[in-house]
Amino acid sequence: MKKIYGSAAEALDGLLFDGMTIAAGGFGLCGIPELLIAAIRDAGTKNLTVASNNAGVDDFGLGMLLQSRQVRKMMSSYVGENAEFMRQYLSGELELEFNPQGTLAERMRAGGAGIPGFYTKTGVGTQIAEGKETKEFDGETYILERGIKADLAIVKAWKADDTGNAIFRYTARNFNPPAATCGKVCVMEVEEIVPRGSLDPDHIHLPGIYVHRLIQGAHEKRIEQRTTRAA
Amino acid sequence: MAWDRNDMAARAAQELQDGMYVNLGIGIPTLVANYIPEGVEVTLQSENGMLGIGPFPTEDKVDADLINAGKQTVTALPHTSFFDSAQSFAMIRGGKIDMAILGAMEVAENGDIANWMIPKKLVKGMGGAMDLVAGVKHIVVVMDHTNKAGESKVLKSCTLPLTGKAVVNRIITNLGVLDVVEGGLKIVECAPGVTEQELRDKTEATIVN
Repeated sequence: MKKIYGSAAEALDGLLFDGMTIAAGGFGLCGIPELLIAAIRDAGTKNLTVASNNAGVDDFGLGMLLQSRQVRKMMSSYVGENAEFMRQYLSGELELEFNPQGTLAERMRAGGAGIPGFYTKTGVGTQIAEGKETKEFDGETYILERGIKADLAIVKAWKADDTGNAIFRYTARNFNPPAATCGKVCVMEVEEIVPRGSLDPDHIHLPGIYVHRLIQGAHEKRIEQRTTRAA
Repeated sequence: MAWDRNDMAARAAQELQDGMYVNLGIGIPTLVANYIPEGVEVTLQSENGMLGIGPFPTEDKVDADLINAGKQTVTALPHTSFFDSAQSFAMIRGGKIDMAILGAMEVAENGDIANWMIPKKLVKGMGGAMDLVAGVKHIVVVMDHTNKAGESKVLKSCTLPLTGKAVVNRIITNLGVLDVVEGGLKIVECAPGVTEQELRDKTEATIVN
């Protein structure tokens, strides 16, 4: 078993194609696969559909793929931090499918768990429900949401062993585990690859079965809202 | 003398009861954490994957991996737990969160809420708001009673795209507190110096006795 690759570009070799669907982990700029995003920008793959809670900021994270016009469609819950996104969307250059945050997370989880669709109360009576099948259960209305299966998942973890058993740190976990599971192939970047046996098997957040390729690298980990209190 | 932002947050904090798990929205709702009554222990949930939100960090404790749903740096507490987004919304959708305190652009007398977009003007997205109003047991809205033009934001029916239908239980504004009941809104209390007549005059929604 060899999952470790030398660089983000090497780890993505042979996986990228125009028009593909990519699921990405991260919340805002927290826990985003920043090395893999930069490598996709460098590869120039076009007409991407990207399922990610947010779209980065103008010059970092997925915002870089918007700047370079590589994204055709975003599936997101909140895009308020990105002026370039807003410009492309309002001018009709970029397609946007808003997903409630929990619905997006569950669509990834379901897609990865072999569940093609699920019913949820979220969005009933709103624009989100338009065109979706509804069903009553115990007197309440639910809408049908589809599981997401992506051609590629790109995620970021804190540490992993060489088999891809991974742990995350604090709130950097967020969308990474569900995104990892819904990719036909999952490439993961970590801050540190550790020897087998150094992670407690009881403390693994994402088992290595979901991870196909792995890289280690230095992360910028930019902060969006630095809020502090006096010491 | 109506309530200001902090007064509204302090009033909203009076809704909290010992042992509750609570999600606070962005804006005035975030300030509620500063006014949790003495002797009341509540656990704050952040939908990006955290239960037990601590105060903002001191400069030397800032950590890019530790943020709240507003993307602000925060700290953990001794009883904090972290989890992924699917798990986070499983507890929201599953009805485990006791109360959410949220901001709004408009609310209506049947409990409808609009707080996620203004067509062609403000297209940021709903984030977790639709999941919260659909799944959380008790929804409290904190908002200004009127817009800058002085028009009521407490309406017979919302004009903006909805976040949720018939989901709001209680509305706390700068002018007072109203509950969503059968047939309209019921005045619970008026802010200091606000008469019941003024509250009625500035409310488009039906007020029932």
